Amino acid sequence: MIITILYYLLVAFVVFLMGWNLLKSKKWQEEVLYVIVLLPFLLRLLRLK
Amino acid sequence: MIRKTIIITLGLILLVFSGLSFYKSRHLKEPVVIGPGVTQVKKLSEYFPAIKGSANDANVYVLEGAKKGGALLVLGGSHPEEPAARLTTWILTENATLEQGRIFVVNSANRSATTVTRPSGAYPASYTIKTDWGGQTFRMGDRWANPLDQWPDPEVYIHYPTRQNLAYMDIRNLNRTWPGRANGTLTEKTCYALVELIKKENVDIVIDLHEAELQYPVISTIVSHQKGLDVAAMASMVLSDEEFKMGMEKSPLELHGLSHREIGDHTNAVPLLFETPEPFLDATRGRTDEKLLLEGKDEFVVRAGKRGLLFEKIDEKGWPIDVRVGRHCSTILQVLDVWSQDHADKAVALRNVPKYDEVIKKGTGAFLRDPSKADPKLIYYE
Repeated sequence: MIITILYYLLVAFVVFLMGWNLLKSKKWQEEVLYVIVLLPFLLRLLRLK
Repeated sequence: MIRKTIIITLGLILLVFSGLSFYKSRHLKEPVVIGPGVTQVKKLSEYFPAIKGSANDANVYVLEGAKKGGALLVLGGSHPEEPAARLTTWILTENATLEQGRIFVVNSANRSATTVTRPSGAYPASYTIKTDWGGQTFRMGDRWANPLDQWPDPEVYIHYPTRQNLAYMDIRNLNRTWPGRANGTLTEKTCYALVELIKKENVDIVIDLHEAELQYPVISTIVSHQKGLDVAAMASMVLSDEEFKMGMEKSPLELHGLSHREIGDHTNAVPLLFETPEPFLDATRGRTDEKLLLEGKDEFVVRAGKRGLLFEKIDEKGWPIDVRVGRHCSTILQVLDVWSQDHADKAVALRNVPKYDEVIKKGTGAFLRDPSKADPKLIYYE
């Protein structure tokens, strides 16, 4: 259970980093890429997939 | 800024639609209208309270005969992506009656695995069995428990108690975690609970229902622990002579975690595992849709057969779900017949379960009961 919680915290940290990079990015290609990569992380964080 | 807002909005739309789809799939209700033979419906946690409230706190349908006899446990949904197994348990719980002995039926042995499909597998989220009253929809499921219920996986799965090294994801595979562990993962705890059921109810035979890809050598067969070879051999011979070709194999002594090995080693019960052919699971299949799942027809698997790559025959007729469910029904009936002849004091006399020909003639849907017309007290959800 402790390991599971740590993994969810890791996922949340990755979501934060990618979200931050998305906001700071200047290229539209990178922004699309960040959004696509964020989806599975968000789905896991929201316990949907 | 406007561009960024548009991209993020499109991402959120994708998130909402995919999230809704996954949520609906995970929470699809599967009704069971219990038949006249069911005398009790228990929860698996009654045998091991640690799984109470978890995704795998499965329903245990108990059928009891008027006359004392032996006890049988039937497991469906060890691998939910093998639908003939679960559908057979529906036929048992909604139709069967018992004259002698007791039967325990678990329709969703790894219930968590019924709530997810294989990543990158392009599986349908659900499938519908046609009935006279419309149809009944079931969750598609996967081979492994849902990572939402058990996560993360280890680098290598070390089986308990043998310490045999197995593939990492098989720590979520119910048929690799027998005999289970009281303080283990959800899947290990589920096996532990089922072993507690077997011990506390003095179960004599355990039947674990499965399906297999045609490229897998263990197919159209009964896999038996060495304790059950006589029963399996006789049932295999009678079935092959009277109904359909059925093989028999001995459970390997050194392959651990499987029901046909560990239940036999750790309890007094005789474990048997049945396999039917399911082309949907073959690696060389074409489009992985509900049609393939239910009709079992695939031109690419047929081509693989022509090149000698399969362990079971396939032609343009395929392996329809009714054939596969019929095989499981007849094999259960035949095993019980052989068992009861050899163990008169522990006989199990099962009635009102269709045989192979009848399932093919009428269709699996003919044996599913309409929940909208049933007494609500008789409806349970998987």
